[in-house]
Amino acid sequence: MLYRENGQFKTSYAADQQIFPIAQDRLAIGLLLLVAFVVMPMAGSEYLFRAVLIPFLILALAALGLNILVGYCGQISLGTGAFMAVGAYAAYNFLVRIDGMPLIGAMLLGGLTATVVGVLFGVPSLRIKGLYLAVATLAAQFFTDWAFLRISWFTNNSTSGSVSVAGLNVFGMPIESPVAKYLFCLTVVCVFALAAKNLTRTATGRQWMAIRDMDVAAAVIGIRPVYAKLTAFAVSSFIVGVAGVLWAFVHLGAWEPAAFSIDRSFQLLFMVIIGGLGSIMGAFFGAAFIVVLPIILDQVPHLLGIPLSTATTSHLVHMIFGALIVFFLIVEPHGLAKLWSIGKQKLRLWPFPH
Amino acid sequence: MMNDMPQAVQEQSAARRTGDVVLDLQNISLSFGGVKALTDISFDVREHEIRSIIGPNGAGKSSMLNVINGVYHPQQGRILFRGEERRRMEPHMAAAQGIARTFQNIALFKGMSVLDNIMTGRNLKMKCGLLANALYWGRARKEEIEHRVKVEEVIDFLEIQDIRKTPVGALPYGLQKRVELGRALAAEPSLLLLDEPMAGMNVEEKQDMCRFILDVNDQFGTTIVLIEHDMGVVMDISDRVVVLDYGKKIGDGVPEEVRANEDVIRAYLGTSH
Amino acid sequence: MGFFLETLFGGLMAGMLYSLIALGFVLIYKASGVFNFAQGAMVLFAALAMARFAEWIPKWLGFDNLIVANLLAFVVAMALMVVLAWVIERLCLSRLVNQEGITLLMATLGISYFLDGLGQTLFGNDIYSINVGMPKEPAMILEGMFEGGLLISKEDLVAALIAAALVLALALFFQKTSTGRALRAVADDHQAAQSIGIPLNRIWVIVWSVAGFAALVAGIIWGSKLGVQFSLSLVALKALPVVILGGLTSVPGAILGGLIIGVGEKLSEIYLGSFFGGGIEIWFAYVLALGFLLVRPQGLFGEKIIDRV
Repeated sequence: MLYRENGQFKTSYAADQQIFPIAQDRLAIGLLLLVAFVVMPMAGSEYLFRAVLIPFLILALAALGLNILVGYCGQISLGTGAFMAVGAYAAYNFLVRIDGMPLIGAMLLGGLTATVVGVLFGVPSLRIKGLYLAVATLAAQFFTDWAFLRISWFTNNSTSGSVSVAGLNVFGMPIESPVAKYLFCLTVVCVFALAAKNLTRTATGRQWMAIRDMDVAAAVIGIRPVYAKLTAFAVSSFIVGVAGVLWAFVHLGAWEPAAFSIDRSFQLLFMVIIGGLGSIMGAFFGAAFIVVLPIILDQVPHLLGIPLSTATTSHLVHMIFGALIVFFLIVEPHGLAKLWSIGKQKLRLWPFPH
Repeated sequence: MMNDMPQAVQEQSAARRTGDVVLDLQNISLSFGGVKALTDISFDVREHEIRSIIGPNGAGKSSMLNVINGVYHPQQGRILFRGEERRRMEPHMAAAQGIARTFQNIALFKGMSVLDNIMTGRNLKMKCGLLANALYWGRARKEEIEHRVKVEEVIDFLEIQDIRKTPVGALPYGLQKRVELGRALAAEPSLLLLDEPMAGMNVEEKQDMCRFILDVNDQFGTTIVLIEHDMGVVMDISDRVVVLDYGKKIGDGVPEEVRANEDVIRAYLGTSH
Repeated sequence: MGFFLETLFGGLMAGMLYSLIALGFVLIYKASGVFNFAQGAMVLFAALAMARFAEWIPKWLGFDNLIVANLLAFVVAMALMVVLAWVIERLCLSRLVNQEGITLLMATLGISYFLDGLGQTLFGNDIYSINVGMPKEPAMILEGMFEGGLLISKEDLVAALIAAALVLALALFFQKTSTGRALRAVADDHQAAQSIGIPLNRIWVIVWSVAGFAALVAGIIWGSKLGVQFSLSLVALKALPVVILGGLTSVPGAILGGLIIGVGEKLSEIYLGSFFGGGIEIWFAYVLALGFLLVRPQGLFGEKIIDRV
């Protein structure tokens, strides 16, 4: 079947406002979900889950959260790692301090705590813009780095400074095997991605984008800048916080503050830029790219018989990411997601270009 | 250009001037640092009229609009809107009171489509919260579609159906101005502030825009405050005109009075013609 | 009292170095409106170049003289920074003219990552030392005034003097030379400057070179004190709150901001640190800057931002 929308007439606004208005897209996404939920768990290897898919899903979720703030609302954040950390440590405390706290409950409470902290650090955005806000979010980053290292209450007085969780389960189903972890993350990510998409295509998302594109004009048509910015901070840090919980609980199992350092913040920002600012799909593209590239760089030279040291590989990764950031900002600020939609646009007309 | 407007329309518009005063500006003064932008300006706007503000560049016309919808806060003076005195107010509060506006330099949301831009105009009328929107089920979905219907009416009115899904950045200037008007209209304002809606347009585009402005005024009874440089247009479509020069008011009245005013001729018409 | 003064001096000297790094930020921001996140990476890159060339050049040329080696290494490292400035202007800035501040900021974040990778690929990723003959032993001063005198680090003192001299030289360069005037013109208005015939591209190369120079000096001083290693890149992050405090466009602001943060950090660590559990140096500068932003967003000496519609 060719990729065409000829003959697909929309007879209602509801049909026109679907997420995927083209039938072929709906089919493709259905197939993708089928592969992700059914085929992968049967076919995937443990390494694939542990090193590729689980990190990819969780980081995509965090990038999604960050993209709401940066890509949709135009408020820069260099402190995403901090909000992940808040989510993770808050959930940890809810889990160990409250008897019988279920995993989902702890996860959502962790997200809510991140929301509160996110809004708190978002308050300066009401007075300051752009570059200045970057510094405010860096303050959040360095402050939380310090707090989780030095204030032992947060780590339940753990002597090593590292904390861990074990025996995770959802409704009695254990989240222990790589497949179970993968499926859990996948479900959470799908739910949040759908919710985020819904937010961005309704009035809420339009408020964010209006503030991003021209805040004075937005205020003049009745959008309260305070409300729009703070909801963006709230939603963004909630999603980022939940991603932090998943990263700590499901991916790492045992962790210390370094897992959420400023490098993590930059990494997530890069995902958003490379994947595409202001695009839900972009978060997935960006995360896939940034998770997979180092693995490829690690493997390919080995296969070719020119082993690179891990340090060299990591420097190369730095250089490639850096160059790509600049490249995308200059050539295609909307990132891989935009390239994807351009490709689809071309495909619509293929093989007749006019 | 529009001198051949039917006599009946002019008479009809003259009759409307008897409406109540909706906006009363008294002794407004505004300065930035030491620079005086507006000095002791008073005028009023009546229900349903088209009130124009004219004056040379830098006369303070845009500042005046910015004062009316709360972007700037005058240091002195009183503003009465529908009989109530306004204290310090922010732009979004003005919007909530039914004041909408367009900008001299187009202020559309460049990253969004025409449809989404006009949908933002409905913002104040959309009540669903975060959670409802995140679920996009039931109420939120119904609301989106209801307002989409309203927005489609505005799109039909402005004859821009074919570009509804186009990103506004990709549109030519004249169409962008029209979309901006659409965004303001979508809010169903009772008072519409238009800042040079015809600047930089060719004759056909100007005629279209004039038609839209008069239609809005006629069909919806919207009160309009208009800044415009094209004297032909101003004299034809305005009910009353206020003239500013160097931040001071030098003339006020129906077009014929203003045209005959010595100060105005000296300051403005005399130099430009 | 003696202890307080020692801490104060220590803070002032650390602050002078912050000022030096902050100066690089301010220069670039003034002349191109770019908030240069890569300043820290430039410091690391320059310091790495300096350290390694000082080690390699004597080997290549077969001589053994520390001073000559350092001089040559300095020249080569500076040349490298100029080339870098030119490449950055060519490949990146000239293609991002008229973009929004956030885009430019993210671009410099990319440059910063690239430089970190490149520097360590070219020069290695161990800890290297820079030996430019800075005095290492501490000195006692004012023994007459206080019991036991004040113990200060000579190295810090020399470093602070160099930094102060550099800051002064750059301020003079900005005010007195014709290039400096051109720079200020560009800072005021890109287009207007271009229209009276100031070549924007060349100006930007110059500014980035000057910022590279500031980075090199800062890198040498920090490197000689702490060793050249990746963490240098992070020390430079401290310059962000400094410029926020001082005002993004103000050279005196960068200097004063640096001193305030330097002193504030040391004093707070001593007098408040134990209260918070120690280690508050990490975030003190940022939280101070953040608090300041809320009260006076344009910084101590920055220009007030007026939104025009």
